[in-house]
Amino acid sequence: MRDNTYDILIIGGGVIGSSVARELSRYRLRIGVLEKELDVACGNSCRNTGMLHAGFTYKPGSLKAECAVEGNREFDQVAQELDIPFKRTGKVVVGFSDEDMQNILRFKRIGELNGVRGLEMIDKAKLNQIDNSAGGEFALYSPDSGILNPMLYNIALAENAHQNGVDFFFDSEVKAIKRQGEHFQVTAGDSVFSSRWIVNCAGMHCVTISEMLGLHGHQVKGFKGEYYVLDKKASQFMNIPVYPAPNAKGGFSTHATPTVDGNILVGPDSYITEDPDDFASTRDHMQGLVKDGSAIFKHMKAEYFIRNFAGTRWKRVDPETGDVLDFLIENRDDHPGVVNLIGIESPGLTCALPIARRVVAKIQEKEVLEVNNDFNPYRKGIVRFAEQSKERKKELIATDPDYGEIVCRCETVTRAEIVQAINNPLGAVTLTGIKNRTRACMGRCQGGYCETRITALIQEQCKVREHEVMYQHKGSGMFIGKVREVLDGE
Amino acid sequence: MENKDVIIIGGGPAGLAAAVQLYKLGITNILILEREKHLGGILRQCIHDGFGLQRFGESLSGPEYAQRFIDEVRELNIPYMTEVTVTEVTAGRKVTAISRRGVMEFQAKAVALTMGCRERTRGAISIPGTRPAGVYTAGVAQSYMNLANIMPGQEVVILGSGDIGLIMARRLTLEGAHVKAVFEVQPYPSGLPRNIEQCLNDYGIPLFLSHTVVDVKGHSRLEGVTVAQVDEQYRPIPGTEQEYNCDTLILSVGLIPENELSLGAGLTLDSRTKGAVVDEDYQTSCTGIFAAGNVLQVHDLVDFVSIEAERMALSIQECFLSSQFGNAEIEIVVDASISYSVPQKTTGKKDFTLSLRPKRPGRNCTVFVKQENVTIARKKFAKVLPAEMIQLAIPAERIDPEKKLEITLI
Repeated sequence: MRDNTYDILIIGGGVIGSSVARELSRYRLRIGVLEKELDVACGNSCRNTGMLHAGFTYKPGSLKAECAVEGNREFDQVAQELDIPFKRTGKVVVGFSDEDMQNILRFKRIGELNGVRGLEMIDKAKLNQIDNSAGGEFALYSPDSGILNPMLYNIALAENAHQNGVDFFFDSEVKAIKRQGEHFQVTAGDSVFSSRWIVNCAGMHCVTISEMLGLHGHQVKGFKGEYYVLDKKASQFMNIPVYPAPNAKGGFSTHATPTVDGNILVGPDSYITEDPDDFASTRDHMQGLVKDGSAIFKHMKAEYFIRNFAGTRWKRVDPETGDVLDFLIENRDDHPGVVNLIGIESPGLTCALPIARRVVAKIQEKEVLEVNNDFNPYRKGIVRFAEQSKERKKELIATDPDYGEIVCRCETVTRAEIVQAINNPLGAVTLTGIKNRTRACMGRCQGGYCETRITALIQEQCKVREHEVMYQHKGSGMFIGKVREVLDGE
Repeated sequence: MENKDVIIIGGGPAGLAAAVQLYKLGITNILILEREKHLGGILRQCIHDGFGLQRFGESLSGPEYAQRFIDEVRELNIPYMTEVTVTEVTAGRKVTAISRRGVMEFQAKAVALTMGCRERTRGAISIPGTRPAGVYTAGVAQSYMNLANIMPGQEVVILGSGDIGLIMARRLTLEGAHVKAVFEVQPYPSGLPRNIEQCLNDYGIPLFLSHTVVDVKGHSRLEGVTVAQVDEQYRPIPGTEQEYNCDTLILSVGLIPENELSLGAGLTLDSRTKGAVVDEDYQTSCTGIFAAGNVLQVHDLVDFVSIEAERMALSIQECFLSSQFGNAEIEIVVDASISYSVPQKTTGKKDFTLSLRPKRPGRNCTVFVKQENVTIARKKFAKVLPAEMIQLAIPAERIDPEKKLEITLI
């Protein structure tokens, strides 16, 4: 029988849970991650702009400010260790009016207080030189801002943690947590686990888990935002992220951002939602994005639309006043063995590893952790055929002919990459998992060419039948069975 | 680098017809490159009949229609390669292709683009709602059912009355699924009348015109859609919403010529057809690169695809014989009554067939081809539909090379 006894159980396999798992795997501990979905990176970790923020809009002295600046500075090394797509593109915040100028200057000062480097006011000529698609009379230029692939970052952190000994349990929604002396008994999915520590990284469900742990009184509020994904053909018009001037509270209205993979994202807008699982796109907001998006990006045209998505920032709020509060990382003396993370939202992607180190520090305040000398910070990603030189392509096909079979036409993803996505440690078992790992289905035909091939590969490689092929979530069967049963001998 | 007279990209109906015709015209140093395991293209999954009425005078299934050409390719020993994906075509007609055997490069005297088209998706038409499993384009559902023996769902709603959607309504019904209705945003059907009759009416499947899907529901698998009536500007009319429980939504909302390789070669595309701008020789803006079939303009009948590809083959031969490659300068323009024309340009030196698609349904109409006030061709039609392409012959001797051709449908 499997031994379900752990030193530390992490609830949630998003970017925060996976970062915590990776940072804790630097020590000799038995660590498990409990994830309710069938894969990591299924919640808001994969539903965002993919920005590496510089940290100029967060209140000086806040955890958000501190972690964003720290996370930004180290990211070249992180991206190299984890072999993920990342570009330090810089970013411009453009303004037109005196009011914009006042707000921009205010955030430049805040940024400088936070330790953001290289912030510079630039005039129209310099702005046009940086990106001639950007409207605006002047801008704040932030050279340290960057863009990364949030799905692959999350996956890479999880794979690296797994490589260093962390167990991941999928389809394992936490249903009950009971304190039994020095241990917690956790019922998740169909199993019962035991652990000395619990780290709550449940993202949008953090308050539910916090309540189960007996830590009452926290409140979060969902600020949902919708996006349009534009065809790579539109990216010829934009070099770097262009944001409009923030409002006095530091909020940005709809903006356009190139992704590290070459698409353009338009959004997010912002409105309140009550439902943690509400990721629907809505007609009114889609129309709003087209209108507001066109103001900031003049090539916001229907011919470039390939997909829509939505994500939600679950901000911690003061239950009395409703004011938005900072990230919370707490280990309370009256609740030993719990590290509780509440309201980890944007800039959570940038802050993930700094937050994880602060979680480790909370645990180290209570016990001495023995260093794991075998810890390996490096993880190799799947080699992307499309991005290789002609010579390298020839070599790859010579080594593995599967590289010569192009499965996804739009993104030039090969059979070799799909097979690796399925068979890697923590491999994908769903269509979305394969998509997040390889970009197959992410192009303009949205799987029209490759989806049938990928679902056939899932059946072949995972040895499952057609009704067992899942799209993303549990219960998201793509097919109901065969058209006709073929009898033996026929 | 291997030299070829003609590289044909795509072994579907257009590529096959072009290859056979070129070979018969004596151009034999040719090669068909096909990305699938088998020749035949999309016809392989079109197991219904109705193909070949124009060309062969009999009703064939898609695979049967394709097989007639494949048999000819085999009899003539025309070279072809399958499971080869072309990744690049240059303006200088260098073709790069990838297969399990490696990276191949060819230098061609002429390139025939016959890549066909792809389906418009949910994202392209901005359908709101959640993103559960169970939303398929009609062609993908057709591929699952007819090539992989996989049943996509049970309770089905279809958006769009394109021909593949209508065919799939019947196919799903025959295999035991329950097709609740077909909704079309336009005030008229976008598929052929015979398909409305044989695929919907014969099975009692209702078609609602001027309706669209305004919401998609379900977390894991599709649970239902909300449908509403639309006004003349295609805006949903509040208060007309209706809920349909279903586990499958099939989209048949249009086809787009697949021209990414063409863009890579720097060809000029027509924003209306989404295909290359061509002259009467089917030559694109790039000398020596030709296009025919659904990559050029989406056809309603495969018979026309074959004919167009054969005409292109003839033009390639003529260009080889005369060593003259394109210099068409006379523009062909259409007014608001017509969606587009193919070709969009002509040299004015040879007779050609003009293909048009009317913008709206109409009765007792005449197409006029004029140069200023002189009518150089006209053709009367008892009935026109956007779903049916119109063709008419243009005599070169009547063309004034100094003036553009203007086309109208009255």
